[in-house]
Formats: sequence, C-alpha cells, structure tokens
Amino acid sequence: MRRFDYHRAETLEHASRLLTELGDDTFLFNGGTDLLVEIRERLRRVRNVVDIKQIPGLSDITYDETRGLTFGALVTVGRLERLALVGQRYPNLRAAFASLGSIQVRNRATVVGNICRASPSADTIPPLVADGAFVHIYSRTNMRVVPIAEFFTGPGRTVLAKGEIVTGITVPPAGDTTGKAYIKHGRRKAMELSTVGVAVSLSMEEGVCSDIRIALGAVGATVLRAPQAEAMLRGTSLDAATVSSAASKAMEECTPISNVRASADYRRDMVGVLTGRAIKQALETFA
Amino acid sequence: MKRIVEFTVNGEARDMAVDACCSLLDALRDDVGLTGTKKGCDVGDCGACTVIIDGEPVNACLVLAVEAEGRSVETVEGLQPGVDTLHPLQDAFMRHGASQCGFCTPGILMMAKKLLDDNPHPTDEDIRFGLSGNICRCTGYTKIFDAIRFAAREMEAARS
Repeated sequence: MRRFDYHRAETLEHASRLLTELGDDTFLFNGGTDLLVEIRERLRRVRNVVDIKQIPGLSDITYDETRGLTFGALVTVGRLERLALVGQRYPNLRAAFASLGSIQVRNRATVVGNICRASPSADTIPPLVADGAFVHIYSRTNMRVVPIAEFFTGPGRTVLAKGEIVTGITVPPAGDTTGKAYIKHGRRKAMELSTVGVAVSLSMEEGVCSDIRIALGAVGATVLRAPQAEAMLRGTSLDAATVSSAASKAMEECTPISNVRASADYRRDMVGVLTGRAIKQALETFA
Repeated sequence: MKRIVEFTVNGEARDMAVDACCSLLDALRDDVGLTGTKKGCDVGDCGACTVIIDGEPVNACLVLAVEAEGRSVETVEGLQPGVDTLHPLQDAFMRHGASQCGFCTPGILMMAKKLLDDNPHPTDEDIRFGLSGNICRCTGYTKIFDAIRFAAREMEAARS
C-alpha cells in the first residue's frame, strides 16, 4: 500500500486542527471501507489519515417522537441495520443499510462516511433525502445543520469546508401516517453498487397523499429529487393511473449517464419501473 | 515509523511493531505469522480475510494494524478448541468436501462461526445472507451449505 501516516484525534477540535494543519492529502479516517480501497487502488493520493474513532460522544443513537432518529458519525451501518427501531420505523433505511456492501463491510462502514463520500450511487443517501434528514457539522468557529438535500454539490463533493467534520445525522420522526421504501436495483444482490436506487417517503391522510418525496440514486451527479412527479402525486389517492404518469415524469426528471454498470436509457427505464414499485411498497408499510 | 500495537489474538496477548499504513491482514500474516487468514482481493470484496474483532466479523484488509490496539482478534487458527480437536464447522467442512482450492475457506469458516453463534438454527436464506460477503470462485457453495447445516445439527446435539 502507498505509504501514509496515521494520526489519532482525541477531540473534534483536535481532528479539525489536524485536517487544516497537515495540509492537502489529509483525510478523515472513520470506517475506512472506501478510503483504504482508494489508497490501495491509487485512486486517491493520501499522505495523512486522521482517525476519529476514539473521539467521545460520536457513537450514540437516540430516538424521540419529536426530534426523530439521531445517530453519531461513528455509528456503523451494521449497528443501525440490526436496530429493531430502524426496521419498524424506517424500513427504507433498513433496506438501504442491508444492501450496502457485505456484513463485514457494514461492521466497519458508517452512514456518515457514506454520505461524506457523496457517491451518486450511495445506498444510504436516497432514503435520507426522501426523509428530509439533517446533517450536523462541526467547525472550530461555529456548528451548523444542513438539510441533506443541500449537502451535496456534485459527485464526491459536498458543502464541507476544510476543517469541518460531520458529527451526525438526524432523521425526522416517522409518524403513523407515513410510508417509506427504498428499492435498490443492481446486477447481483450482495457486494454491489446500485445501478439505480429509488426512495419514496409519503404521508396519507384519509386516503389522500398529503406529502411525498421521491429521491433517485445513481441517475445524476448527486441524488436527485423528482419535484414534478411529486407535485402530480400530492393531493391524489395514489391511484394506479396517477402513479403511472408520475413515474413517467420521474424518468424525464433524472439525468443518468452510461457507464460500466448500465446505459443511460436502461437507468431511465428503471427509474420509471422502480418509482411505481417504491410507491406501492411505501403504501404497504402502513396498510 | 513503526508503532507498537498490543492486542489479543485468539485469546493470547501479543504485541507487534507495524507501519501506520500496514493492514491488519498483512500484520497478522507477516508479523504475527498467522497465515491462515488469506489475502484474496485486498479491497474488501472477497471475504477471504474475514476475522472477528471484539465479536464482529470484518475484512482484515480494510482494518489498519494500528487500530487493533487493545482489541481482541479471532482468526481461523483460533477455531480449534484444542490441538487434537476440530471445531464442528471444520469437521463438517472436511466430511462434506466443502473446500475445493481452500482459499476462501478460512473466511467462510469465520463467517459461519459468527452465523451459528448468533443463530443456531439458520434457514438456507440465513446462510445465504450470512455468507453474502464471501466469494468462493470454485463455486462450491452447495457443499459449503451442506457442511454448515450439518455443523448446526452437530452443535445442537452436543448442547442437548
């Protein structure tokens, strides 16, 4: 492996200082399941890694009915995947977590790491976007909270400034009238990057859809919302005809590319299929 | 610059001097001398290097050796309860010919151990899910499944 130095941060302030003082080619080291691969495959030039896993206070998971689900930067995908609360309240997150990498990878990989990597095909991002999650960001001068839809600025790029560190994520509470789904489409079931991922979070009141958010993964430079498709669905009963035309609208709203995993045309077709399927599945979660 | 890492491997306290960028996999094989853990892809895809750290299976290639400080690591060498005794999974793998070239076997044994520790009566779907991060390129999965089912029954019989 290309040589690099290892630093163990004791506090967030310490980690942030190391990030700015050690210069370029310094990266936070959390689960490492992407970073170490990128180093080994020479995709990223790294001189220093700053391990944040010893920093206290970043491993908590809390849930309450007003604030929702909050988890720290060190919480692994596997830990959340196995949490009964996640399975009951957030089946969309549960599906995304269980489809990421393998059990071994999920025991190391963190959700915060997955979002900071900002891959357009990251599995955890679509359901977090559809749920309207918030990202907590530390810096030495001020803390800020950013809606996750505004966190990404391009493939591999985020709003994080030098020395800023994501400390955790809050997902709004899941009410009794909300339905959620995430469907990942790939060539195989395990150890697979998604070809297309579609997340739907919706609320129904007396048979009418009062709110719906559709998030599309791997069909744009960042995970995309489908605002026009959502507008067509709000206020309807989500009958088959409306869902079908909204799914077609979502196909127009995405901007897929062709790459080794699939062609742009195929991805667009799958957005249509999976959007309809995800809405149906989301409705079943509280049927 | 090398650092000294103190950790426990298969119940035994050890220390090793490692480079910051050395993976736990390379340290186990080259410094500790435990070559049972195999290096397949070295990027977390194949599962051949699966070890159990503090009760959780991980790919040793995606862990830095310096991170093992103070942790407890179990490798395939630690499966045997004694010099002359095999773990029921090892015994079952031999009986069922569940190993062809054998390269994936240590990782699969560690994953299967974790599976049966957590879930003594796995369904085929549970086994499939449990082994989804372990690739056997000889594709001998049928016999691997047979062996794990057999080991589960043997371990159940030994308990009752």
